[in-house]
Amino acid sequence: MDIQSCVEVCNEWDIVSARQLGRNMAKELGFGNVDQARITTAISELARNIYLYAGSGKICLEPVEQMGRKGLRIIAVDNGPGIRDIRKVMEDGYTTSGGLGAGLPGVKRLMDEFTIDSTINSGTEILATKWLR
Amino acid sequence: MNDRDLIIDRYKDLLTTYLNGKNETALYKGQQFSRKLIEQQISPEDVVSHHINVLNEVFPEMTEEMKDAFDFLLEVMIGYGFAYREHQSLRTRQRQLESEIEVAASMQQTLLISDVPTVDSLDIGVKSVPAKKMNGDYFNFVKDDKSISVAVADIIGKGIPAALCMSMIKYAMDSLPEQRMQPNLLLENLNRVVEQNVHPNMFITMLYGLYDTDVHKFFYAGAGHEPGFFYKAETDEFEDMFAKGLVLGVSRTTKYKEYEKQLDQGDMIILLSDGVTECRTSKGFIERDEIVALIREHMHKPVQEIVDSVFTELERLQEFELRDDFTLIILKRMV
Repeated sequence: MDIQSCVEVCNEWDIVSARQLGRNMAKELGFGNVDQARITTAISELARNIYLYAGSGKICLEPVEQMGRKGLRIIAVDNGPGIRDIRKVMEDGYTTSGGLGAGLPGVKRLMDEFTIDSTINSGTEILATKWLR
Repeated sequence: MNDRDLIIDRYKDLLTTYLNGKNETALYKGQQFSRKLIEQQISPEDVVSHHINVLNEVFPEMTEEMKDAFDFLLEVMIGYGFAYREHQSLRTRQRQLESEIEVAASMQQTLLISDVPTVDSLDIGVKSVPAKKMNGDYFNFVKDDKSISVAVADIIGKGIPAALCMSMIKYAMDSLPEQRMQPNLLLENLNRVVEQNVHPNMFITMLYGLYDTDVHKFFYAGAGHEPGFFYKAETDEFEDMFAKGLVLGVSRTTKYKEYEKQLDQGDMIILLSDGVTECRTSKGFIERDEIVALIREHMHKPVQEIVDSVFTELERLQEFELRDDFTLIILKRMV
């Protein structure tokens, strides 16, 4: 079960690789087209955040099973500057990259579960899980 | 069958009806259906997905390229779904904020409401009407053994900040009972409170007075407030009641001067906010003379009726659209 696959994110091409990996795994697990696209978009956003704000980090994906449910978990880890005010970045309308609907609250809404952990000058870890319906 | 299946089913019905007849009725139904989708908070990418599923059923012969093209559209629509969900969440938050303001406004009303005191020697009339939800004018009466104090204040600045500021003024005044008998000292103390606690771009004007019911003298001081009027019954004349003084909150060391008026039977003290004198009509601002004329016209009535009538007249002159908060207070010596 613990087959974790990771993609290092250093440049924009890595975002595409992370998406590809996510889409393949989502398809394998049996997610429908819409959920596949949602998972990929979430991966995109998280990978973009790493690329834009942390410089480098990685996106890991793993199939998960809990109480008979199957799902896919995205783990986004970076060693960047960290987020000073997590509550603020989780607020709607707050985005430094501009653009409507982007950002972490959007990712949270695309997925079923979302946790974020960040330490200043040490990095950020985000876990986001989507369950098969 | 759950809601989702019902929606797909209905969509399929509507789409096939349109494909068969291609008429406006079917399109109209489609438009109505979209309203229902929005009600059910169906995201745009879901609609596209339903569309693809229905097409797959209706046109089994659809080419792979067509299907792939739809997958591409689906991917593009995810972004719209993203924005749509944010919009929904912002809307919920806006509704919460609005109801909180609603609660705050009614709380302000109950906090700031002041009873108009009754004494044998004085007839008192008050009319205070906010232009919007929250009142930026404030008046307060306090009755003591041998005196009645009255304050009229106006906050330059509107809305919630003004309302919060107003509450502070009220409690600051309540906590200065020793100064109540000396209008100039009260303003000096209040000025320090405002200067320390209120943002520099917010100003408060105030007129504070104390009516001594034993000797029938009105002692007052003003902080940049709209001058009131003094009516002398003996000469049947109105005069301006100037009270020089800087608005509250500008400088910590401002000093205020105390003035006094001796009232004989029938004399009146008229206090107001600039919402009264800055009534704008089609002919421009109302002159202070016109206010005096209005008061004179209704002067024979009990004072509450005077202030009510003046307000009704001014409201009519402004075509029932108040631009500023309105406060008018009259004190008349009866015996």
